[in-house]
Amino acid sequence: MIFLNNVSCRQGRVLAVENVSASFGPGLSAIAGPNGAGKTTMLRALAGLHPVASGSITGLPAAHEIGFLPQASEADRRFPIACDDFVKFGAWGRVGAFAAASESEQQRAQSALSRMGLADLARRSVAQLSSGQFQRLMFARLIVQNASVILLDEPFTAVDAATEAGLIDQLMAWRDEGRIVIAVLHDHDLIRELFPTTLLLGREAARFGPTSEVLAAKSRRGLRSAA
Amino acid sequence: MYDLLISPFSFLFLRRALIGCLALSLIAPPLGVFLTIRRMSLTADVLQHGILPGVAIGAMFGGLSMWWMGAGGLLAGLLVALLAGVITRATDGREDSGFAGVYLLALAAGVALASRERGIDLTHLLFGSVLAVDDAALILMAAIASIGLFGLAVIWRGLVLESLDPLLLQAQGGGGMRFHAGFMVLVVLAVVGGFAALGTLMSVGLMMLPAIAARHWSRFLSGQILASVVAAVLSSGLGLLVSFHANIPAGPAILLVAGGIWLASLAIGPESSLRSRALIAAHD
Repeated sequence: MIFLNNVSCRQGRVLAVENVSASFGPGLSAIAGPNGAGKTTMLRALAGLHPVASGSITGLPAAHEIGFLPQASEADRRFPIACDDFVKFGAWGRVGAFAAASESEQQRAQSALSRMGLADLARRSVAQLSSGQFQRLMFARLIVQNASVILLDEPFTAVDAATEAGLIDQLMAWRDEGRIVIAVLHDHDLIRELFPTTLLLGREAARFGPTSEVLAAKSRRGLRSAA
Repeated sequence: MYDLLISPFSFLFLRRALIGCLALSLIAPPLGVFLTIRRMSLTADVLQHGILPGVAIGAMFGGLSMWWMGAGGLLAGLLVALLAGVITRATDGREDSGFAGVYLLALAAGVALASRERGIDLTHLLFGSVLAVDDAALILMAAIASIGLFGLAVIWRGLVLESLDPLLLQAQGGGGMRFHAGFMVLVVLAVVGGFAALGTLMSVGLMMLPAIAARHWSRFLSGQILASVVAAVLSSGLGLLVSFHANIPAGPAILLVAGGIWLASLAIGPESSLRSRALIAAHD
């Protein structure tokens, strides 16, 4: 269980996240809100990539137990590397800088590629993938990482419907395996359908709780008029 | 044919220059491949200009000793690498104008210092000379190649991940800075290793030209590195012959050959060359 206790984060001089309290247990949780509400900052703070200005985050596992998928991926997609080698870097926390991936890590990478429907592309270079295939490759790397906490920043942006369905299947698999999955999402219908818990950030005070209460029509209107 | 290709190497000075350049061809091009992948080609430019004042100051203290000039160049190169890092951070990645400022300043300071010093032939210092590869220079180049290859092997995996996805490395507990710093030290070493034969203005040529040529020969890192080394070896051998026969400085001669290889690769190489693009267009 991860607890946010009155967490605030600065982005430059402004407070991007202000006094947020929430708790995330095993299963799917969403972070929602309008643009500029601090969703990405919040997620990065959970990933240990953004400092917390005040308040505290407790209950996080060790760094290699946290899987993080950045928005529109900061990974260099033109890097001259084969897909299976790319995916193997998911095991960095276990393998480290100075060893080669073991036989079992190789197999883990292969099965993750198959899981995401990329087995045939294992020896292709990353640069040849479409953006949807690349997102599946990022998911395969997360599968290899085998983290107990998985943080996803807008995982379904720039992918087609078929790819999205495949990625959602993987989210549900992670949920069934008892992992903590937290995703930043724009699509409120999707959140209502799949995510039982939501943290809604906005210009007003953040709201946290069961999705059916947090994403009620009223609060959405309130946010819109505030914007 | 024999007279053209083989007999010039019966001269000891040319043989020494060849061996030195071949040693450099093993380490500089792989570093260049990483520089191009990391979009740091400009940094190499800054560094080679940056070592010039150091080399000149080294020559002031120790005369034309390769060790003094090399040590001065190494120190200046490390300082400039630090400065470049500061500029990159301060400008949020829009570093090109700051870099231009640094290398113009360094070039002016270096030329000013070197021309005050009697006995320094500015042409040799800037553009290299096969005659400059004495025993000390040869040992320096071989030592740098040996240290560089070992160092690159040590940081390899970290450097690949740090180039590919720095965020993953950071999220997995950091350490990216170590690999970046180690890499910069290796690049400075290779630039210093190149200046005796190639000249300070040309020393990154053997690093960058084979590296950008290699992009047209493979879509994978290992293939690109192999191709870059082959291109550098060819450039060194043919370039020294050109230098010998045409009586031009070694640096420009080697770089002209390397540049020719790059242009040929751009035209007909199997990857993203003009020819492969034309083939794809014809296919559509």
